[in-house]
Amino acid sequence: MNRFAELFDRLAYEPGRNDKLRLITDYFRSTGDPERGWALAALTGALSFPHAKAGLIRSLIAERSDPVLFALSYDFVGDLSETVALMWPKSSPSPHGAVEPTLTTVIETLSTLGKAHLPAQLARWLDALDETGRWALIKLVTGGLRVGVSARLAKAAAAALADKDAQDIELLWPSLAPPYRGLFAWLEGKGDKPVSVDPLPFRPPMLAHALDDADLQNLDAREFIAEWKWDGIRVQAVAAPPLARLYSRSGEDISKSFPELLDALRLPGAIDGELLIMRDRRVQSFNVLQQRLNRKSVTPKLIAEFPAHLRAYDLLADGDEDLRGRPFVERRHRLEDFIARLADERLDLSPLVSFASWDELTAARKDPAAAGADADAAAVEGVMLKRRDASYLPGRPKGPWWKWKRDPFMIDAVLMYAQRGHGKRSSYYSDYTFGVWTRGDVGEELVPVGKVYFGFTDEELLQIDRFVRRNTTERFGPVREVVHAADQGLVLEVAFEGLQRSTRHKSGLAMRFPRINRLRWDKPPGEADRLERLEAMIVQIERAQS
Amino acid sequence: MRPEDILMPTPVGLCCKLGGFHIDPTRPVGRALITHAHSDHARAGHGAVLATQQTLDLMRLRYGDSFAGTTQAVNYGENLELGGAIVTFHPAGHVLGSAQIAVKAGGVRIVASGDYKNVADPTCAPFELVRCDVFITEATFALPVFRHGDPLGEIAKLLHSVAVFPERAHLVGAYSLGKAQRVIALLRQSGYHAPVYLHGAMENITRYYESHGIALGELRAVSGASKAELAGTITLCPPSALTDIWTRRFPDPVTAFASGWMRIRARARQYGVQLPLVISDHADWDGLTATIAATGAGEIWVTHGQEDALVHWCTTHRLKARPLDIVGYGEEDEDAATPAPAERGAEP
Repeated sequence: MNRFAELFDRLAYEPGRNDKLRLITDYFRSTGDPERGWALAALTGALSFPHAKAGLIRSLIAERSDPVLFALSYDFVGDLSETVALMWPKSSPSPHGAVEPTLTTVIETLSTLGKAHLPAQLARWLDALDETGRWALIKLVTGGLRVGVSARLAKAAAAALADKDAQDIELLWPSLAPPYRGLFAWLEGKGDKPVSVDPLPFRPPMLAHALDDADLQNLDAREFIAEWKWDGIRVQAVAAPPLARLYSRSGEDISKSFPELLDALRLPGAIDGELLIMRDRRVQSFNVLQQRLNRKSVTPKLIAEFPAHLRAYDLLADGDEDLRGRPFVERRHRLEDFIARLADERLDLSPLVSFASWDELTAARKDPAAAGADADAAAVEGVMLKRRDASYLPGRPKGPWWKWKRDPFMIDAVLMYAQRGHGKRSSYYSDYTFGVWTRGDVGEELVPVGKVYFGFTDEELLQIDRFVRRNTTERFGPVREVVHAADQGLVLEVAFEGLQRSTRHKSGLAMRFPRINRLRWDKPPGEADRLERLEAMIVQIERAQS
Repeated sequence: MRPEDILMPTPVGLCCKLGGFHIDPTRPVGRALITHAHSDHARAGHGAVLATQQTLDLMRLRYGDSFAGTTQAVNYGENLELGGAIVTFHPAGHVLGSAQIAVKAGGVRIVASGDYKNVADPTCAPFELVRCDVFITEATFALPVFRHGDPLGEIAKLLHSVAVFPERAHLVGAYSLGKAQRVIALLRQSGYHAPVYLHGAMENITRYYESHGIALGELRAVSGASKAELAGTITLCPPSALTDIWTRRFPDPVTAFASGWMRIRARARQYGVQLPLVISDHADWDGLTATIAATGAGEIWVTHGQEDALVHWCTTHRLKARPLDIVGYGEEDEDAATPAPAERGAEP
């Protein structure tokens, strides 16, 4: 358990994805079965312990500590599990000797242990572990062990044991169960590849490359079909009635979040599509979808208020027949037929965008409402170009699919504060708060409207970092206030995808996906945009949505 | 004689009118007795300074030759008569030269501990328990959540990381006086014999430690080392350097910080370090409470840190206790150790 705890402890502080991956792989390599398999289960969120609640932990420490010292400690540490892990009294060595439990022991014991015996068992384990071990144990059993590792990353770390593709594990995953002995045996060349018996397999999705206007010159319009790119979440809906499953783009099972969609999947097959919120047959903006995604429990009220809808792009399997090798035009016909047979209002086809030339498509992209998207135009993120003859290929092959996003919104804002980044960026001021002008109590002032931390090159990062260090007006820990006056400061051209009203920000606005488009060293801050311009944009967006 | 007649807590430090001196005053005074050379205890500008030879030497290294009007070195255990008081210095186990100062008058003995730790440290004399009537204890880590554990276990964590990431440099933030040298000594004790690199700010003090017979193995200056040479190495630097442009000379550095504060996750995250190492030069909760009990003192004065918890503990153990309100003691490296309020909660 202490070794597992040490891994989790290290992961909790490591910001880099590749570094996390190497730490996990190192653990898998140096730890035996079934211990490492249970660790993989913990990392992929496959474990839950219904009886262990925060209240139990609190009562355990109450029996063992002075209430005043506990209160002072909790106040200082700020986290219950951590406080308990740190102040748990050292046990006097007993003749039986408290033996440090393995992760396997913990999991196997808890799977059969009655609720009444849990407190005493937990206490014995806590006696036998060190600070980090106790922290990991409490977090594990109370379900709070979050160290910023996705299930996908954990699988990739397992794959790295043997230079296998993470996608291979992803495909096998639904048919595997902890502690994954067969998987590790295969990865270490000591056993056969586990056989996937999953009736609802996830199929690695096909992704598109972003299109530059220049690319268009080299493409033949006659070879492509276009459709809208919807601003929702890309999903894969797989059914083998009565079973059905909804996967995210990364292969995560998100069925539980959208139960109403599963009911609609009554025909065996696999659809690639976009999950959207539909009200009165109108696609809602991503902001609305986000309100549903942010909720933890899916209640009937939530479903009624935010009804999920699947807009289909592609058909990967029809019954038992795998269609991925067929050309897109053929798959599209099969999809149209499939959706017609399903005849369910929660599912529909993503309409094609007709065009005879790139000029016509350029116009459609500029004004989707006039080009057939009508009232749903606000939810159009751009257009997708798909070669008529393209098979459905996993990953992001260059050529067959292109995404051509609508032009982002753009404003000129003034850099106001800069904060140091993390990990590799910890010596750089790489997170920037920017503002626009507004009329304040004492004349013109800048009001912060957002934060950006990407969109710039390494060279530009160096330039901004230098600027921040030379133009600091005040320091607050890792944050520096940077000079921002009408005639002094740095103008950032910020691109963003959307705007919504927000009570969390002083400006009353929140931007979606802001990034730096360009550094305007040439522009005096006094000429940057005003808040009124953003307010006009939001009115325009709201008008398009209503 | 009341204890307050011997040592009077004042806002600038403990004052002994009888002997005409202050202990670790935070502002310039006529005569100062200094427990150890960390900058929050040992300030420049006093008229006369009385301290161990090492403390005086270290102050000279940091502040230059004219750091005080006059200086007088005192040996551990040597009796000094100052006014009506008898003063003795005893090892505090904190850093090289660190001392507890015992002041005796009218049959009452008060021990001002300065900063101390009661665990083994190959770079300084071990803590000596001095029985007394009043014990003045620090309280930096005076909460039961602070138990520092085995520092060799923390070094093992560091060496494991070096093994997993052999192409990266490992930077260990450590206070320049005491902690850095202890970390190097612990590395050597753990069988790490490769050269250890030093930030320029800690070269002088580290060389001073070596001149006192503390073997630290091969040490190299970072300045002058190429980026490629630094791959797979360990470098010691002041904590504030961890976020400095200085780090850009290292190949993809892993940042570590050796401090008792690293026990608390929120603290470790505040500094943005990837590898928190719980290695402290202060006594932990168990060390503080055990020491207080062992001094036999019936009255405990608690200063700088978590006074409330320690005063509460004393009270529940039938000891008379009070917090002292002396301002100005904190950690050695102010920049890194006391984040501004804006920093709290600013990072996830």
